[in-house]
Amino acid sequence: MTGLLGDYAGEVISAYIVSLALIGGLVWLSALQARRARKQLKRAESRHG
Amino acid sequence: MSLWEYANPKKFTETVTPLIPWVLGLAAICLVASLIWGVFFTPEDYRQGATVKIIYLHVPSALMAINAWFMMLVASLIWLVRRHHVSALAAKAAAPVGMVMVLIAIATGAIWGKPMWGTYWAWDPRLTSFLILFLFYLGYMALWAAVDDADTAADLTSVLCIVGSVFAVLSRYAVLFWNQGLHQGASLSLDAEEHVADVFYYPLLVSIAGFVLLFLGLVLLRTRSEIALRRAAALDRRAEARAAATTGEPA
Repeated sequence: MTGLLGDYAGEVISAYIVSLALIGGLVWLSALQARRARKQLKRAESRHG
Repeated sequence: MSLWEYANPKKFTETVTPLIPWVLGLAAICLVASLIWGVFFTPEDYRQGATVKIIYLHVPSALMAINAWFMMLVASLIWLVRRHHVSALAAKAAAPVGMVMVLIAIATGAIWGKPMWGTYWAWDPRLTSFLILFLFYLGYMALWAAVDDADTAADLTSVLCIVGSVFAVLSRYAVLFWNQGLHQGASLSLDAEEHVADVFYYPLLVSIAGFVLLFLGLVLLRTRSEIALRRAAALDRRAEARAAATTGEPA
């Protein structure tokens, strides 16, 4: 991999790691929010129907 | 059938729920394909070497950072004019996604800038306008969190969104307005003579499609969550009011 990227392997790999980590974090937080919202709505509906 | 039908939260939720996994799945396919294509199957640039491979992250994220704000602007205007709650919630849902796009653009730009310009950061017009756009995203999200009444929060954030649009436009056109910066001109243009070479251009287009689909999928998912949270809060408030009415206490 580093051979493929020559002298700039560190820069390219770190750019990909940072970006994919940020995207992964965003997707994970969005999925968490979706799960929390679904649970909260279900609880409210069952309580107050 | 009118587009305004989707301003109904129930109709919106029913419509987008089956779409979300497909949109996010397609986004993942486009992103994985374009990044593998870009890293392993494109040549190095004759001047920038392998750092050109950062383009598949930097350009699409910068594009989405600006366009996310414009999407928020349209949604905010719809809220201000027609008072559709779904549009206000869609703008709120898009803000964290847009902010992450700005972060990716700034981080990859800095990493790319160090070997090419000799510095991670310069007070260049485009970089500076992007930093201001990032601060606007933070301010927009903070304002939503700071105001308790949802409608007032939607009103105030909509006004902030209109003001911030000036910087979104500046971020887009800064390289054309001022020539003294370090940042190069636009990598993409409708004019075929001006954009990057085809060998970089095609994987870049796939990557852009991936980022657009990722943005769309996440905004739909987050808007659906915001609608569910708003409905749960409304049900709780209604139940509290009913309980207060039965006991004779003020709600």
